[in-house]
This record gives sequence, C-alpha cells and structure tokens, in this order.
Amino acid sequence: MKLIVLIPILVILSIISLFIGVIPLNPTDMFNLTDQQIQIIFISRIPRVISIVMAGVGLSISGLIMQQLSRNKFVSPTTAGTMDSARLGILVAMMLFGSATPMERTIVAFIFALLGTFIFMKLLDKIKFKDPVFIPLVGLMFGSVISSITTFFAYQHDLIQNMSAWLQGNFALILQGQYELLYLSVPLVIFAYLFANRFTIAGMGEDFSKNLGLNYRVIVNIGLTIVALMTSVVVLTVGTIPFLGLVVPNIVSMYHGDHLKRSLPHTALLGAIFLLVMDILGRVIIFPYEIAIGVVVGVVGSFIFLYLVMRRSVYE
Amino acid sequence: MVEIKEVAKAYGDSVVVDHVSMHIPKGKITSFIGPNGAGKSTLLSIVSRLIAKDHGEVLIDDEEVSTANNKELAKKLSILKQSNHINVRLTVRQLVSFGRFPYSQGKLNEFDEKMVDSALAYMELGEMQHKFLDQLSGGQKQRAHIAMVIAQDTDYILLDEPLNNLDMKHSVQIMKVLRRLVDDLGKTVIIVLHDVNFASVYSDQIVALKEGKVVKQGPTKEIINNGVLKEVYDMDIKIQDIDQCRICLYFS
Repeated sequence: MKLIVLIPILVILSIISLFIGVIPLNPTDMFNLTDQQIQIIFISRIPRVISIVMAGVGLSISGLIMQQLSRNKFVSPTTAGTMDSARLGILVAMMLFGSATPMERTIVAFIFALLGTFIFMKLLDKIKFKDPVFIPLVGLMFGSVISSITTFFAYQHDLIQNMSAWLQGNFALILQGQYELLYLSVPLVIFAYLFANRFTIAGMGEDFSKNLGLNYRVIVNIGLTIVALMTSVVVLTVGTIPFLGLVVPNIVSMYHGDHLKRSLPHTALLGAIFLLVMDILGRVIIFPYEIAIGVVVGVVGSFIFLYLVMRRSVYE
Repeated sequence: MVEIKEVAKAYGDSVVVDHVSMHIPKGKITSFIGPNGAGKSTLLSIVSRLIAKDHGEVLIDDEEVSTANNKELAKKLSILKQSNHINVRLTVRQLVSFGRFPYSQGKLNEFDEKMVDSALAYMELGEMQHKFLDQLSGGQKQRAHIAMVIAQDTDYILLDEPLNNLDMKHSVQIMKVLRRLVDDLGKTVIIVLHDVNFASVYSDQIVALKEGKVVKQGPTKEIINNGVLKEVYDMDIKIQDIDQCRICLYFS
C-alpha cells in the first residue's frame, strides 16, 4: 500500500476513534458541544487517539529495528524479553523509590529493558542452531524467566496488583496528564529514521558494515538503545502490547523489502493503523464495556504470527 | 601497493597465518591459492582489516590498515566475502547503491547515481535492478554484490572465493569482469581462488600458501609448474599449454 493511501486511512480511523465511547458524542454535535463533551474530548478521547498512534508507531518501529539488527524476522520487543525486562525495571523502581516519579520509573525501566535486550542479543550470538523459528522461542523463554522473577518479587512486596496494570496493555486508563511520557517516542522515531540507512547496512552483517566504513557495534548499540527506550515508554504508559512489533514489520517487509529508509514510514503508519483498528474492535465488541487492547492484539497478533511461521516453513 | 610484513594470526594454539611477508603490486590481479587451511581467507581478511592480526604490519599505500580511518579506507579498499547466505530483502539497485555509502553517507547525489548505473551496466544487471535479491539465483546475487564493490570504486578490490557455488559460465564472466577492472580502470584485485586453473588463466601474480606460510610468490608462469604445485598441494599435477593458457590436470 502506498503512503498516500495509508495517511487518509490513519486520519479517518483517528476521527472514528474520537467518537466511540460510553458518553455519546456524534460528529453532528461538533458545532454545539456541551461542557461535558468538551471535557471528554480533551481529557480522554484525544489523549487516547494520540497515545494509540504513538504506541503503534513506537512498537512497530522497535520491532523493525530489532529484526534488522538481529537478522531474524521473528525478533521483537515481545519475543526478545525487552517488554518483560522493562516490567521488571518498573517493579525495581517501585521497590527502590517507594512511590517513584514517572521519570524515575522510565529511567529504571529503560536500563532494565536495555540490559535484557543486550543479554538476549548475546544469547543469539552464542546459539549455534540458527533456525529462524527457534530464536523467538528462546526469546519467549527468556522473557518468561524474567517475568517470573518479577512476579516473585512483586508477590514478596505485595505489588502483584500494581504490576498487573502493566501486564495487559490498556488504553482505557489513558487520560490527560498520564500519557505525555509517550511524546518521547516522537524524537526517537525521527532519530530512527535518520539512522535508517545505517541500520540497513548493519543488518547485512559486521563484515559488510566494515567494508563500507561503518562502525557496526556503535550502530547496533544505538539501535538497541532506541528500541529499549521506546518499549519502556510504551510499557509504562499503556502496558504490554504483544506481537505488534512482530507482525507489522513482517507484513511491510513482504511488499516493500528491508530497506529501512523505504519501509520505516510504512511500518510506522501501518503500526498506528493496526493498533487503532484493534482498539476500536476492543471497544465495540462488548459495548459499553471494553476489552483491553493487550488481549485483542494478543489474539489477532498471535494468529498472524502463526500464519507468518507457517508461511516461512512452506518456503524452506 | 600492499605491503605485508611478518603478519601472524593464531586461534588458541593453532597458527593460521605464520609470519607472512609479501609485496602485492598495484594494477594487477594477484591470486592466493593453496589447499584448505592454508590461511588464504584469513590473510585476506587481515589485509582488509576485518580480522585483527596478532603480529606484523599491513600497509596500503604506506598506511597501516588497522589504525587507518575506517571511513576513508572504505573509499580505497573494498572486500567482498562469501555473502550469498544473507537473506535481506533489498533490490539489486538498493544493494549496489550502498556501494556509494562511504562517499554519500546515504544521500546519493547525481554522480553517485551515475556510478550505480554504470556498475549495474558493467555487471549486466540493468534489467533486474528492481528485483529483490531473494528472487535471484546464486550467480545473479554474486554479480549484484560485485556490482556493489564496483560502485564503491576503490583502488583495491579484495574478493574471497567469489566463484564459490557459481557455474562455469558465471565464473568465467566474473573473472573477465575482474580482468577488465584491472586492464581498463587500473584497479588492483586480490582474490582467493580455489581452482588453480582460474588463477592460472586470469591472474598476473600468484601467491601459493600452505599451512599459514608462503610457499612461493611470483608471476603466474613461475608458480604454475609441476614443482611448486607439488609442494603446495602434495599432488603430482600435469601441466599443459592450451591456447596460451597453462592448464593443470589434477583430476587423475
């Protein structure tokens, strides 16, 4: 799909998203809004749309960068322990600082996410058995180990309830004043775009990079830092959204290839669109209640993931 | 000019390159030949700074490669290793354009585009330039990688067994291209070859290696003879002149 098609779709879906909710709000009301409706729009609906778009963009680009740098189509923040590590970081922040400020939480979550991702990348280097489907399994296991450490300490410190908020991604809790951290993903996305060519080259391997005069290690570290920061910010504000960073880049890669300068804008837009659709679905299926976005994306995403795995094994 | 002085490399206890010294002239094709484990590829990787050496010096135009500015060196020396296994979905043109990265850092100007066009034409890839690499055959992929190296436009071009997995037609095509790069454009090509006959027919200079040491180095004619080959390969190889080419008969 062309960018010219994707952008209007994104705009239309964003507008639709604005008008879905328990408190009725119709496009026809737009010209004589009640005070309550104005409040709803600015406190809840607009923050929600913005955070969905930014989380969708952030996570799908994180996945794209990870897949490129690890040269494996099945590596993503969910399948490399990045999200689980970020959650462990949030727990540690809560244990260390009592009531940690968002900034403290972000920093600790980021450090843990970065460490977790680095450990996973090191594991990848050590694994001799390079079956592409085997790698995400290792990542999921690694994530589960970290996750159980989190649960253990959360249990010990009576923090299980608090932690579960970060387990399932949920946009229902997004309100003005609670999502602004997500704006950090804007400079990160710009930064990722500026490095797109270098990530593509690094994805061709260390020798290939060196031949072109590129410092491979530095580029990989920059990439993983962007991924860890972006993932931490999303996990902190929205919670865990599985499979998004996995399925969106894979779909884009099929049509537009792996040249990041080209595929990055598509991945970003498609990620936002995908998440908007999933969110709208979650809100209408059992209206006036809603299904958490983590569940909707988990169900739909895992089916697409299965399809991608099957499709892959047909090829080989 | 490439000057290799007392270069050594060992992995644990096994010495792969054992104090090798040589001098590789400019504007020629120099082939590294030798049996498996002779250290040919390792030596080539050391010369191209992909592997760090334990001892010795590698000077390219009087500059040590391991301490040279990486970005500047990429405009002077290119290395192509066996890279057919990379399964990245790039189009041929995108790959070849990366050859211009040392000059453009990704922002290709008109001259860069022209270099890409001529590299594609050189390898006869113009028609398939918008195809993805994973849709190509092994030979086509290899040609695309060589086109990238041509677009990189370096004085020194190093290739590690570029004929691996190629059929006869494409092997000959690639060797002819390398010959033209040297004869027409004055490039210096250093190449690791498995087949002595390709080395014999297409190269100016041959370096025969065995167990990490240079057995003999010199003009092709001096190396392709029964005595030297026996020492290198431990085989009695008959040599015949056919159409001014020295062909080694090593099949029986």
